[in-house]
Amino acid sequence: MRFGSIIKVAIRALLRNTMRSILTALGIIIGVGAVIAMVSIGNGAKAQVEAQVASLGQNVITVFSGSMSSGGMRGGWGSAPTLTIEDAEAIEREVTGIVGVSPEVRDRNQVLANGLNWNTSVNGESPSYPDIRSWKIANGAMFSEQDVRSVAKVCVIGKTVADQLFANSDPVGQTLRIRNIPFKILGVLDAKGFNLFGQDQDDTVIVPYTSHMKRLSRRTNISSILIQAASAEVIDKVQKDITEVLTQRRKGREPDFTVRNQVELAQTATATTQTMTLLLAAIASVSLLVGGIGIMNIMLVSVTERTREIGIRLAIGAHGSDVLMQFLIEATILSSLGGVIGILLGIGSSQLVSHLNGWPVLVSTASVVIAFVFSAAVGMFFGFYPARKAAQLDPIDALRYE
Amino acid sequence: MPPVVKIEEIHKIYDSGEIPVHAVRGVTLEIQRGDFVALMGASGSGKSTLMNLLGCLDRPTRGRYLLDGIDVSQLDRNALADIRNQKLGFVFQGFNLLARTTALENVELPMLYGARKFTTKQIRERAMHCLDIVGLSQRFDHFPSQLSGGQQQRVAIARALVNEPQVLLADEPTGNLDTRTSAEVMGVFQKLNDEGITIVMVTHELDIAHFCKRNLILRDGVMVRDEAVSNRSFAASELEKLSSAEAAAKLTGAKS
Repeated sequence: MRFGSIIKVAIRALLRNTMRSILTALGIIIGVGAVIAMVSIGNGAKAQVEAQVASLGQNVITVFSGSMSSGGMRGGWGSAPTLTIEDAEAIEREVTGIVGVSPEVRDRNQVLANGLNWNTSVNGESPSYPDIRSWKIANGAMFSEQDVRSVAKVCVIGKTVADQLFANSDPVGQTLRIRNIPFKILGVLDAKGFNLFGQDQDDTVIVPYTSHMKRLSRRTNISSILIQAASAEVIDKVQKDITEVLTQRRKGREPDFTVRNQVELAQTATATTQTMTLLLAAIASVSLLVGGIGIMNIMLVSVTERTREIGIRLAIGAHGSDVLMQFLIEATILSSLGGVIGILLGIGSSQLVSHLNGWPVLVSTASVVIAFVFSAAVGMFFGFYPARKAAQLDPIDALRYE
Repeated sequence: MPPVVKIEEIHKIYDSGEIPVHAVRGVTLEIQRGDFVALMGASGSGKSTLMNLLGCLDRPTRGRYLLDGIDVSQLDRNALADIRNQKLGFVFQGFNLLARTTALENVELPMLYGARKFTTKQIRERAMHCLDIVGLSQRFDHFPSQLSGGQQQRVAIARALVNEPQVLLADEPTGNLDTRTSAEVMGVFQKLNDEGITIVMVTHELDIAHFCKRNLILRDGVMVRDEAVSNRSFAASELEKLSSAEAAAKLTGAKS
């Protein structure tokens, strides 16, 4: 029998019991809808995390100083004063495939301006810092190498600091006092928002690292070194080379530093959301399974109801395979139609969730395609047994069936 | 010319229950092209079983069945389905049309399953032609529920004709019809037979059997009589007689 006629017959059979068809498909609709909604929400969360990771900068490698133990108390990474400016300079000099290096010194300070004060993180960085972090200067300019060499009292400030201290005026050109030392504001950074850990990245003042070490924190070591690799392809090699250079500089002593790249960070951050997505998808798959059993049930009823029809078709020359195809296609149409409605419902409900809760939602083409194929497969799988039952009927018995 | 149906010493034994049932016990039969046979017998005589065997719906336990020169006694399920589709046409007592499917689509059905491939236009034209033969082309878009019993049976006959079968098999085709409609349907069969179509029908009504050319009587699975019909009824005259009888009934009814 031709495919077109089979589909026509199948659709007619489904329309004959519209209500029953809808209720049968409902299991699939809910299952697919749940899958799509869950995966969309999960993907949205993942995309947000990834965007945040990307906001750390492109191809960034971070060297943290080692941990310090004192009297059995072990500090975390960065607690031991083991990294120096010389380390940073050695990396810049000896490792190839690097586009920027920034030694970092961090602490928190009360900053004053305009008769207002604000507690914020004050970081010492190099002039390449905004490039490494892919962070634009909204207004004004970044300090220069010259400022680093001359231990200049200059800074750029984040958006939050600008809003807090200079609500009504342009901060560029004005002065900010840190530990009572006046720093001239050269620029204001673009708003970058919160980072992965919920910290406001814009709540910061950035000064030349030399100025930080000599004028503010009076430290001789640095907290960490930010390095930007030229491309994602070389990031592993660059990371290896950095480790080698630093190890060599320590001449056989225990390595007292850690080198991390942004990809690892991203993996850790997305692992949780991935587990969550997987779990939700598993739950949704169970409802798809239940939907499939519903289809099998109704198809069995349908085969019994239409025994005579099957008998007529067999008597006038239908092969078993024709009857099998007819019922299989009917089940598949039912389930894939449920799949389509479920996909629409899933997209709709995820949009609604996004609208109501402000959660980020991302409907991926892959999840839609997989959901559709899967729902069609469910129909085929669960439709097979009833269809085979129909195909194996004896025409004489089927014709006599009341 | 070889006979279109030739069965030799055919047996059918059902052994599904505790005791095997020997339904057909060695029937030998030849049916020539253009014949019009009525197969008669009491219930349990094996006539339905024989009909199922003739219709290739069932395989004989023993014996040979040559249909149009082909030995169909040992063919498999799909091959039998193709034989039914190409060489046989079925008319059932209960009409067996597909509900919620128009008369035309019912008639088209055998062509959809055939090995021969037709275009949609050919299918439509042939189905319409067959409906025209049974005089129902005006009602091609009616559903079975919108047709009378006689009309439904005529649609079923059109469906049986559509693949140009060698033999038309009818199982109690008038069993569900009143006398007048029965005569009408038999008229259709006689017309088809006059055009050269071989017809085998099962009936238990003697007067219906008289429309045929040859009567076979089966008892306990054995053929006990095979005779030509001498005083054959013809649909046109029978319908005339019915009309006058009805008119007379109305006259007497009016008098009293």
